[in-house]
Amino acid sequence: MTQTVLEITGLNVDYGVGDQAVRAVRDVDLTLRRGEVLGLAGESGSGKSTLAYGITRLLPPPGVIRSGSVRYHPVDGDPVDVMALTPAELRRFRWAETSIVFQGAMNSLNPVHRISTQLLDVIKAHEPDMSAPARLARARELLKLVGISADRMDSYPHQLSGGMRQRVMIGMALALEPQIVIMDEPTTALDVVMQRQILGQLAELRERLGFAVLFITHDLSLLVEFSDRIAIMYGGRIVEEAPAAQLYRAALHPYTEGLLHSFPALRGPRRALTGIPGSPPDLRAMPPGCAFHPRCPRAFTPCDNELPVLGAPADDHPGRSVACWLHRSLESR
Amino acid sequence: MTLSDSADAPVNEVVLEAVGLTKHFPVRKRLRDLLTRTTAAVHAVDDVSFVLRRGQVTALVGESGSGKSTVARLLAQLHPRTAGDLLLHGRSTRVRGGRAFRAYVRRVQLILQDPFASLNPVHTIRYHLTRSLRIHGNAGRSAEDLDKALADLLTRVSLTPPERYLDAFPHELSGGQRQRVAIARALGADPEVLLADEPVSMLDVSIRLGVLNLLRDLKERLDLAILYITHDIASARYFADDTIVMYAGRMVEGGDSETVTKNPAHPYTRLLIESAPDPDRITGAGDAADVGGAADADRGHGEPPSLISPPSGCRFHPRCPHAMPRCTVELPPRHDIGDRPGHWAACWLYDPATVTAEGPGSAAPDADPSVPPPPALIRQDGTASVGDAR
Repeated sequence: MTQTVLEITGLNVDYGVGDQAVRAVRDVDLTLRRGEVLGLAGESGSGKSTLAYGITRLLPPPGVIRSGSVRYHPVDGDPVDVMALTPAELRRFRWAETSIVFQGAMNSLNPVHRISTQLLDVIKAHEPDMSAPARLARARELLKLVGISADRMDSYPHQLSGGMRQRVMIGMALALEPQIVIMDEPTTALDVVMQRQILGQLAELRERLGFAVLFITHDLSLLVEFSDRIAIMYGGRIVEEAPAAQLYRAALHPYTEGLLHSFPALRGPRRALTGIPGSPPDLRAMPPGCAFHPRCPRAFTPCDNELPVLGAPADDHPGRSVACWLHRSLESR
Repeated sequence: MTLSDSADAPVNEVVLEAVGLTKHFPVRKRLRDLLTRTTAAVHAVDDVSFVLRRGQVTALVGESGSGKSTVARLLAQLHPRTAGDLLLHGRSTRVRGGRAFRAYVRRVQLILQDPFASLNPVHTIRYHLTRSLRIHGNAGRSAEDLDKALADLLTRVSLTPPERYLDAFPHELSGGQRQRVAIARALGADPEVLLADEPVSMLDVSIRLGVLNLLRDLKERLDLAILYITHDIASARYFADDTIVMYAGRMVEGGDSETVTKNPAHPYTRLLIESAPDPDRITGAGDAADVGGAADADRGHGEPPSLISPPSGCRFHPRCPHAMPRCTVELPPRHDIGDRPGHWAACWLYDPATVTAEGPGSAAPDADPSVPPPPALIRQDGTASVGDAR
């Protein structure tokens, strides 16, 4: 189960063109494996949502993908270059191969249409050959999959609670059994109890259907529990990537370390926590060198003028990579 | 010095006390209801009583819709209350605006959740703070006094040097800086009580602690009483001295923060704590933990009830795994848990007479029999369910 399903290399996304462009995503390399949950964490403005929109080519103007490639590997057949798809191919690719659950998905349902209408619409648009009764059966099945009884089919979105609306969105995302589901802060607007219910259900569905999840959130403590691997973004770049448990036990990048120490714990001794001093960088005026160095407690000589590249750390940590001078020998740059 | 430290009062003195605070919002009648006599109402807050003490932080924890923000607005006297009383230094207060309201807000200030919306985008920081100082009579007599007071306010919230921020507009500041300005504005009134309604939930995780630490620091230096409203029970444990848990408009548990999070007594508090993300729960590389998470989720099935016609008896009983027949009819009073002074829960499980008569779980035969330990057991070794999860 270690096949690659999505491969992102050297992705750069800008907002605007020319000198005024804001570089929101910078040189991102990321691999999503089949059936895994890859967590993407970062502060607001770190480019995590932009990355998600970039790889699905959903960026609204003035967002532009400046360079980079996104390759999708179907279960059987040749890899597809997502960046080179024509609009017609892209329409077929979307939802059938990758689906996306948006931030504030609770508000992504159309308030004037019944749940059934909206579910059937997705199926109809992508599988026009399916008969009407078959579509209806499929829609019922989808609702059952996410734990909503089929008699809620004819409800309007306002008749459902926030959690149920979110489940409907997840069900809709799974309508065509995609290989990749991108979730952009899917539970941020929900309460912790509902959040756990939905995440538990998602984990169960993933076991059963075997799709891969790119899970974007700012809540690192949630990711540690829920995902297989975690990538941390800061200032448009990925600064660390590691298996979830390892990242939690021994964070290499000082930013990751800071993030992990920004969450008060429910157990153990009550310690004084400091968070990370300073504020997130301004993407229009990024500090030279490592973007984190003005806030970094362990910054030293090369940090303020030389950019650390994401790579294997100097000391042996298989399967991990980090972009920090602390973990790179100076000769290897 | 316009911002005097009011250190002459005894420590832990009760500043603000809510007694049986209740708020019902009337619901518009529909045509078919015209002939009925009963008026429907959203029971947003029912019978909430607690005290805010000088130099202490009290946290109010609950899901959205549990009425915690309504409590803040009742305390700020932005809503008239339906019933109950509000005592400021032991004297009942009810203000509806005008001079009395202004005198009240001088002592009780509210900090709102969203610093992007609570500052006027067309005015500078200087304007916001000057207004607060002027209205509450802390601006001094001369321009120098005002400048000094402004610089002082910004220094207190660690926005230094003050000159850099005074003439900035809100859009030039980051979220954390804006929230600091909002706190400075509240301090401009030289209050005794700060009501902080989710002060950090709109901020980035890395700067949340900075703002919480600032509030704690201010509490210590200025001897403020702080009501900290949050949905994040872990941050309540970190920041607050006392924690009160609300569910569907009622208080279900209270006590000092450490005890409430370590030995949660009420089934709802336990559900809340089990649901909170906890990285320490992971065993393997994710998959084993996921299965456990799913099992946990099944226990707290269901959703908060409608507040227009809340369930009879305990409002949590439709979701409670330990519900007994009595829970569906009678409202549980506060029972002392006995592990720590001041720890109580509004739950029939802690009434020895009820437990022997009916036995926990008798109304829910399919509930996990190992989970509801008799009260005596809980007192000895902490709650079973949270202990398991560790």
